[in-house]
Amino acid sequence: MCLAIPGKVVEIVDAENHIAKADVGGVRRNVNIGMFDEGEVTVGDYVLIHVGFAMSKIDEHEAEETLRVLKEIGEYEPEVEQFKTTLQ
Amino acid sequence: MRFIDEYRRGDVAQKLAEQIARLTARPLKIMEVCGGHTHAIFKYGIEDLLPEQITMIHGPGCPVCVIPLGRVDDSISIALRPGVIFTTFGDMMRVPGSRTNLLDAKAVGADVRMVYSPLDALKIAKNNPGREVVFLALGFETTAPSTAMTVLQAARDGVKNFSVFCNHITIVPALKAMLDSPDLQLDGFIGPGHVSTVIGTRPYEFVAREYGKPVAVSGFEPLDVLQSVYMVVRQATEGRAEVENQYGRCVSRDGNRKALEAIFEVFEPREYFEWRGLGSIAHSGMRLKSKYAAFDAELKFEVPGLRVADPKACQCGEILKGVKKPWECKVFGTACTPETPIGSCMVSSEGACAAYYNYGRLSKIVERSA
Repeated sequence: MCLAIPGKVVEIVDAENHIAKADVGGVRRNVNIGMFDEGEVTVGDYVLIHVGFAMSKIDEHEAEETLRVLKEIGEYEPEVEQFKTTLQ
Repeated sequence: MRFIDEYRRGDVAQKLAEQIARLTARPLKIMEVCGGHTHAIFKYGIEDLLPEQITMIHGPGCPVCVIPLGRVDDSISIALRPGVIFTTFGDMMRVPGSRTNLLDAKAVGADVRMVYSPLDALKIAKNNPGREVVFLALGFETTAPSTAMTVLQAARDGVKNFSVFCNHITIVPALKAMLDSPDLQLDGFIGPGHVSTVIGTRPYEFVAREYGKPVAVSGFEPLDVLQSVYMVVRQATEGRAEVENQYGRCVSRDGNRKALEAIFEVFEPREYFEWRGLGSIAHSGMRLKSKYAAFDAELKFEVPGLRVADPKACQCGEILKGVKKPWECKVFGTACTPETPIGSCMVSSEGACAAYYNYGRLSKIVERSA
């Protein structure tokens, strides 16, 4: 029900009626961008799409930050722990 | 696909799981509120990666699972009226009412159509000016703005033959009901991701502040869920209670202003709304404001509006509260299957029972029920 999928905005079809075209894994469909201020969504942006509406813009910086933290949790913490052990 | 594949890497998942195990010092019960997370947890076998001390409790955040029988009966009664085209999301077609479901109604001649978006329902109304088109609106704050914007569009376009049978619900009153439930002891929450794109993370702050429970608002890919479990475990171990945002790429603290404006323009809270298995929860449902009465199917058509008790055999209520596991229900997998569901938790792919049925490891079920 509450599932949403990321898509890339490839065209602003009708700015006045808030319609953009989004590409989701090669499938293209019109989506409504009325949940954003005018000009807030532009071609090339990634948006999260739910029941035909773009819900939020995907923040690429935040996405990379999450991946960085994920890697860090997996890789660096044992080293930090080892580091702490050597201190004692 | 970008923003999906990179959050499904097995090697990173293994390392995350090791860190979670290392951090877990005592038994912890963590509720994933949202059905989308329940689905992800089973699809990717996340419970198998977690240490024995962590129990995931599958929460009530599946709108299809909590719609009460009486509202399904009302939907069917509207759908069976001559001249009506009844539109709904695919998930709702097989949800059982007290006697039948929408698919059965279609089989006996009702014009029931599946739509992807409420905007598709509005388009059907414009293409069929001689018919009454009703959209069965349901869902949390994720879906409510889409319904609201469709109603606003219908009002702008002067469409007279379109209305909404509104069953939208809100997550915070349900969370509060969970927290106040005496038979439910939880150590933390995985907060809903897509609801939070709309409402932001701020509305959960009372959970940390007033109830002292950690919350991590989470994305839906396996690494997202694992990282959120890690965040909750870490808070619990360090004795902190905060709202952390794992899903920063889509969720902000304040949510989506325009989506919230659309909700507040079109809807108002109902005094009470009934949730299947959970009973009546104050201010948990939304209805159309009188300003938009022309689009309210409940006013346009007479509906029976009866409260119908859940079938006795079905233990959806206990399952939705996380008090019982799906396999502990007497009819699970025997009388109640995704093809012929008795309870709604078996209907939606986000329901705990359907997720167990489709992806559950039998060995795990045998081992845990032993």
